[in-house]
Amino acid sequence: MSSGHVQSLSSDELRELYRSLILDHAKNPRHFGKLDTATHTSEGINPLCGDKLRLQLEVDAEHRIRDAAFEGTGCAISVASASLLTETIIGLHEDEALAWFDDVTSHLTGTSDANGRDLGKLQALGGVRDFPARVKCATLAWHALRSAIENTDEPVSTE
Amino acid sequence: MSQPNPQSSSPLLDVRADFPVLDQDVNGKPLVYLDSAASAQQPRQVIDAVADYHLKDHANVHRGVHTLSQRATDAFEGARDRIVEFVNANSRKEIILTAGTTESINLVAQSFARPRLGKGDKILVTHLEHHSNMVPWQLVCEQTGAELVVAPIDDHGQLMLDELRELMTPDVLLLAVGHVSNALGTVNPVKDIVGWAKQQDITVLVDGAQGVPHMDIDVQDLGCDFYAFSGHKMYGPTGTGVLYGREELLEEMPPWQGGGDMILEVFVDRSVFNELPYKFEAGTPNIAGIVGLGAAVDYLRGIGPERVAAHEHYLLDYMTEQLTAIEGLKPIGTAEHKTSVLSFMLDDIHPHDIGTILDHEGVAIRTGHHCAMPVMQRFGLPGTARASLGVYNSTDDVDRLANALLTAKRLFA
Repeated sequence: MSSGHVQSLSSDELRELYRSLILDHAKNPRHFGKLDTATHTSEGINPLCGDKLRLQLEVDAEHRIRDAAFEGTGCAISVASASLLTETIIGLHEDEALAWFDDVTSHLTGTSDANGRDLGKLQALGGVRDFPARVKCATLAWHALRSAIENTDEPVSTE
Repeated sequence: MSQPNPQSSSPLLDVRADFPVLDQDVNGKPLVYLDSAASAQQPRQVIDAVADYHLKDHANVHRGVHTLSQRATDAFEGARDRIVEFVNANSRKEIILTAGTTESINLVAQSFARPRLGKGDKILVTHLEHHSNMVPWQLVCEQTGAELVVAPIDDHGQLMLDELRELMTPDVLLLAVGHVSNALGTVNPVKDIVGWAKQQDITVLVDGAQGVPHMDIDVQDLGCDFYAFSGHKMYGPTGTGVLYGREELLEEMPPWQGGGDMILEVFVDRSVFNELPYKFEAGTPNIAGIVGLGAAVDYLRGIGPERVAAHEHYLLDYMTEQLTAIEGLKPIGTAEHKTSVLSFMLDDIHPHDIGTILDHEGVAIRTGHHCAMPVMQRFGLPGTARASLGVYNSTDDVDRLANALLTAKRLFA
């Protein structure tokens, strides 16, 4: 038997990672494509695997996110995460969206339990905490969101 | 599936017990290691050689008069002698010990190519190359204003040889070509390619990182000018590698890095450089690692390169047959001449998801771009799943892989 530091994984944990909600969003991503009305664009790149994701936002003068869309290639986890992100942030003020960034990434990296927030559907992404190599897949779109909001001029790579 | 009878004339090796790391469970299942193209595991013979060196012989090499220093030097230089025989170099002057293939290629790019290159000159590479045989040439072209030319590959992942020959023009200084594609397993006809290049007076470097572990290598027979390879792909330690170079070229080349061991005499304003091969070995080397590399050479020669090749050829055929029988599995790289690697896509499941599910079943494969992004771009893919074979693999390993892939299909159905 292994005495390795990585714990053995049960089938439950694999099913937790690939919950039906995740697989649904991976196969039928919401808000997938280009956004003609975009005011903010950013690219998330995972240099480890070469996956690329482009997130576009339409933000109005009151800093409210009117619309969002993403495109690119990625694993089930990164596509589902981006899809869920777009559903979450449309209609929010930029500052609210950034607060979601903090809460979701802390949930995914296990540093805190989403600062006490009820993450709703996004809870489903938490399965990655048992798969350290996959955490970056789930956080990629969220880093792209932060870059899109904080860098308003040019597309920015998050890595 | 029927297991070949070990008493019959089966080409399969039975050496798994030599590799202690394979004797473990991963996620509750016996480990199946199918990622040797990324890094091969080490047999006990290598591990023991490194440990014995540390336990009994360690000191710096080429320096002290004391006994341990002499033993360390003997062990280190003994490894070099074995590598000379292993690849059939002319002499020990032609074997430079490095940190790996990457360092070997950078050495040639900076010490051989850079002083000779200028505007109007070209470096020729192929679309199949690993980043380590692509980026050093991009850098040296940027530094000198030379042009990097890339030879195309076809839909099977084979070099387009007519096009390659046409690109061998008089303004090409050097051709850098892989012996075996790490991403697809394609074996290039290196001897023919060298022959054509020599007709045009083009210097040839062969990236042999994926060649040496799988076949008998004779650098004189190949006729190449440089041949680079790594220890950890051939069952030796990481951080070790070799650059074979023709003595005549190495003599002409300036040192790449300066430091201890590569000099004969140092004055405050100048130095007299050491002779080959030490001119290119600045600083205290990875002595223990090179001792381990010597043991890995002994290990591979003990089995015999022909038997290794027969074993892996049989298993690759078996793996290709079993995997392509899975509905929705598409091999990427279907060259006529291949070795030890099967790259594939399964349905529309992303390779990373396949990798995670397989790991859960105790099966280790590589997923992603395999440090060969231009190859992936050629096929319009972000990456592939890649199973790669070594001397320790068996038909059981392949069956476990096939079953794990069925699990992935079920999960994503």
